Amino acid sequence: MSKFKKKQGNTTPGISTASLPDIVFMLLFFFMVVTKMRETELMVTVNTPRASELTKLEKKTLVNFILIGRPTEKYKLKVGTKPQIQLGDKFATTDDIPLFLEKHKISVPESQRQSIISSLKIDKDVTMGIVGDVKTTLRKAGQLKVNYSAKKRERTAG
Amino acid sequence: MAKSKHRMKNEINAGSMADIAFLLLIFFLVTTTIAEDKGVLVKLPAWSDEPPPEMKLNTRNVYSVLVNAQNQLLVRGEQMQIHDLKHNTKIFIANPERREDMSENPQKAIISIKNDRGTKYNTYLEVYNELKAAYNELWEEAAMAKHGKNLDQLKPSQVKEIKDAIPLVISEAEPTKFGEEK
Repeated sequence: MSKFKKKQGNTTPGISTASLPDIVFMLLFFFMVVTKMRETELMVTVNTPRASELTKLEKKTLVNFILIGRPTEKYKLKVGTKPQIQLGDKFATTDDIPLFLEKHKISVPESQRQSIISSLKIDKDVTMGIVGDVKTTLRKAGQLKVNYSAKKRERTAG
Repeated sequence: MAKSKHRMKNEINAGSMADIAFLLLIFFLVTTTIAEDKGVLVKLPAWSDEPPPEMKLNTRNVYSVLVNAQNQLLVRGEQMQIHDLKHNTKIFIANPERREDMSENPQKAIISIKNDRGTKYNTYLEVYNELKAAYNELWEEAAMAKHGKNLDQLKPSQVKEIKDAIPLVISEAEPTKFGEEK
């Protein structure tokens, strides 16, 4: 046993991995910042159907979202299990839609108001009754551009 | 016990830091779903309080699609499966055999959808999607035949020309309008 270790041969020192955590943290923070958190809580379960003829919604500021689905577990006791409409962060009825549309309209410059699109995020198991009511309300309110939110699937052959 | 051994200072080992950070990174990568808002774009008809004007429509030009509460399809009085809908719609619009009971020409063709309040939204959207797919395919075929290019490679004026020749008319406003057709 010698007091000092003998110097090992002239091996090249390994690359220092000390900065690896910093690099990874940088990446981590990037993703954390970029990840846009949902501002509004989902109070209804929305599982959109699949469709092949999809159009992308380009300008987010010109889109307002109307959600229709059954309330999540948390709200089942409060409002029951029937399909509900969610506007912004609260449950609503079809009567609240015109005001909701108007509020969104104000935030859009006047020149772009005719290109406002309503995105309907509707659960696939909801029946058309409530959807038809919402459609009628939208028509009455003059909001005719509608986008039925859906997931991508391939077009059927034939 | 080797007392002589120099006692190491207790330092936290930072070697696993990278692993922890990687774990977090992967977690965020996996959970991040880049919210893509896509959907079937529809233009609703404007609302009017007056009853719609009586329109004299030749029944041969109307392709009525009924979806009932059992999610079954009734197309021009006959039951149909959803996966046949697109194919049949295309034949109806284009009418390649010039049949008497199908549209005179694509410009006169009208698709009419009627659904029950009990129809599932999933079925409704699928039907709408198939009808839209029929038009999209017809447009693509027309673009190929006319210009030898895909629809998305054409100039906007050429696209408009094709879409004007085969206009998309899907009526779903007043179900009673053409509802009597049996």
